[in-house]
Amino acid sequence: MSNISTHSHEQHDEHHDHGPAKGLLRWVFTTNHKDIGTLYLVFSLIMLFVGGTFSLVIRAELFQPGLQFVHPDFFNQMTTMHALIMVFGMIMPAFVGFANWMIPMMIGAPDMALPRLNNWSFWILPFAGTLLLSTLFMDGGAPASGWTLYPPLVLQTGNALPFAIFAVHLLGISSILGAINIIVTILNMRAPGMTLLKMPLFVWTWLITAYLLIAVMPVLAGGVTMLLTDAFFGTSFFQAAGGGDPVLFQHIFWFFGHPEVYIIILPAFGIISQVIPTFARKPLFGYSSMVYATAGIAFLSFIVWAHHMFTVGMPLAGQLFFMLSTMLIAIPTGVKIFNWTATMWRGSLSFETPMLFALAFLFLFTIGGFSGLMLAIAPADFQYHDSYFVVAHFHYVLVPGGLFGAIAGAYYWLPKWTGHMYDEKLGKIHFWLSAIFVNLLFFPQHFLGLAGMPRRIPDYAVQFADFNMLSSIGAFGFGFSQLLFVYIVIKCVRGGEKAGAKAWDGAEGLEWTLPSPPPYHTFEEAPVVK
Amino acid sequence: MAHAQNKYYIPHGTKWPILGSIGLFTLFFGFSNYLNGGSAGPVAFAGVAIVILMMFLWFREVIHESVSGIYNEQVDKSFRIGMMWFIFSEVMFFGVFFGALFYARQLSVPWLGGEGNNFFTNQLLWQGFESVWPTNGPKHVGGEFEPMGAWGLPALNTIILLSSGVTVTIAHHALKANKRGTLALFLALTFLLGFLFVGLQAYEYGHAYSELNLKLSTGIYGSTFFMLTGFHGMHVTIGGIMLTVIWLRCLKGHFTPTDHFAFEGVAWYWHFVDVVWLGLFIFVYWL
Repeated sequence: MSNISTHSHEQHDEHHDHGPAKGLLRWVFTTNHKDIGTLYLVFSLIMLFVGGTFSLVIRAELFQPGLQFVHPDFFNQMTTMHALIMVFGMIMPAFVGFANWMIPMMIGAPDMALPRLNNWSFWILPFAGTLLLSTLFMDGGAPASGWTLYPPLVLQTGNALPFAIFAVHLLGISSILGAINIIVTILNMRAPGMTLLKMPLFVWTWLITAYLLIAVMPVLAGGVTMLLTDAFFGTSFFQAAGGGDPVLFQHIFWFFGHPEVYIIILPAFGIISQVIPTFARKPLFGYSSMVYATAGIAFLSFIVWAHHMFTVGMPLAGQLFFMLSTMLIAIPTGVKIFNWTATMWRGSLSFETPMLFALAFLFLFTIGGFSGLMLAIAPADFQYHDSYFVVAHFHYVLVPGGLFGAIAGAYYWLPKWTGHMYDEKLGKIHFWLSAIFVNLLFFPQHFLGLAGMPRRIPDYAVQFADFNMLSSIGAFGFGFSQLLFVYIVIKCVRGGEKAGAKAWDGAEGLEWTLPSPPPYHTFEEAPVVK
Repeated sequence: MAHAQNKYYIPHGTKWPILGSIGLFTLFFGFSNYLNGGSAGPVAFAGVAIVILMMFLWFREVIHESVSGIYNEQVDKSFRIGMMWFIFSEVMFFGVFFGALFYARQLSVPWLGGEGNNFFTNQLLWQGFESVWPTNGPKHVGGEFEPMGAWGLPALNTIILLSSGVTVTIAHHALKANKRGTLALFLALTFLLGFLFVGLQAYEYGHAYSELNLKLSTGIYGSTFFMLTGFHGMHVTIGGIMLTVIWLRCLKGHFTPTDHFAFEGVAWYWHFVDVVWLGLFIFVYWL
């Protein structure tokens, strides 16, 4: 990874001879947005395989009915750790990595606005990850409550409980600091002429994502703090005997949790909105409506949280409100889907790997969106709740949604970052393997859920055996296909066909005016945007 | 170098963040071990010490850079926007504890008392429980207690904290008018009022624990009361320390009538703890 952005043979600046520092400590002390972006991306790639390994334990156990490999409690630890690592350790850092690398180059800024803080928001992550992963080796094992950490179940966790809670605190601090930095950068560091409504859509989606992060990460921090005091200091927030209510935690968690899922998907929307116009060789259709739709999704995300808890018991008016507000989200999301489609209409399409992932995103995210609409229907949700249908739904929006968005972004900007084209042939193979296996993995889970298979369970009735077997084959296929991605990335970093400043002929934006790879410091003199 | 001053200052490398991460990790590792009954509790204090050292070194470097004049207006604006969003995150943090209070008072306690469609919850699970506030729940968790009144010490504390909001504003105007004497006096008054507030809160906690039998473990009332006032008191303490640092910097001649972001950032923070207290006084003590 040290090859990235070390060549600065162009743009010699009379004031600056600061290249990267020598040695490994460069990565520890760096305040350079490109270095920190690389750190985030490498960290998230490692976590993809850590979290992926946990999920393969789950799928191995579920390959056949009966208990095969692991103890049921360890199975539950795996579902919990898989989710926590994938959400907080993999997908969120991946998008922060993209933000670090691309936002300053897209808006013509010399770096992030608060470079020291930027270093800290990354370097909290490995420590938080260590704290979280260490719980696997403790008395009583890792938390086994699911990532939602519902009391009273989570309060039965052994020694892991305070470690897991403080890990969440650290992850929250990291996210808040990173989000503050991104907002300040976007609001204060734009080049002259780069008005808000000229910003690339990726920058817009991150501005709104950062706002969501600052709004909801403290709420999660408060909620898990209450768990901690309930467990160790005798408070009664979640205990009916003392006048509290375990359902209160669910409200707090999902007030965080629903905006959180948009925190994951909005930057992916941003990447797709960069990729599709490039390979359709047309400007994004309906730019301003895309901006407003993103803002609309963000607003709605605050008033839909209880659709995660229809079955917990709530007044009828509450169920109706949360059902209808949830359905409203289909409108701004639909605006986005139609705009992407319209961007491609009569475009000169070509199908390089980033575009293939973007197209798969478009189809498969939409499937996840539709199953979300089904789940939004309160009376129907009583059937779907806590079934594999829910698992299928959110994996469709997170994996071929969020993760495919990130992979599309990686292929799209790898030539910019490394100065080399990646191996297109291998990229296409990676795409087809991923696209086929991801559907084999998650599509049968819809049928399992509708047929009544509950989630978070290590064993199941025999009638679910066939679909589970298919799903497990898909899981292993998908997981091992990602090793090919790692190989392609490493190969691209080490060499390959030289990429020009504008690596894609249809690409627009300030980042493509810089050489590939860009020098260590870019836009020290702000460009003027017409 | 005159040209360089117009550029946005970008530091090249920093050692403090990794120190902070090590400190936080040490703190949380030690504290978790202590909560599990282990013997590594004192390690947490080492973590706190590392974090304080990190803040000292980090702020010292930033202050040196600021005094030496390498920050231009755009850097100043970055700090301002950053501070505003940090305070917004704090607002959300307090919001969740206020949310828990309102949820308990408006929903969970009335439900336990049989309101709405919860008649059988009350009859079968918590028979005889009447929904009142304050309460420590149907099981009287923590035993009989007396609630904290509003019009004694808390009212006095309200006056103290609101006055400190006035004094910090007077200090700010003095700074802008370059009246350094008034500035130092009213800034000192501000943090002294702040620490007086914290002292009275500590006294009130003692009173609650020893005479009212009102504790953190006194059901939902004790939980919300102590968590809200406790986190607020912690923020007042931190704010008081920040004001003290700003005061010392004023005595050393830092800040000019036009360039004093650190002062304003701390003043914003102080007004924020002020407003939180008003919410506390109204919803925790009074109503």
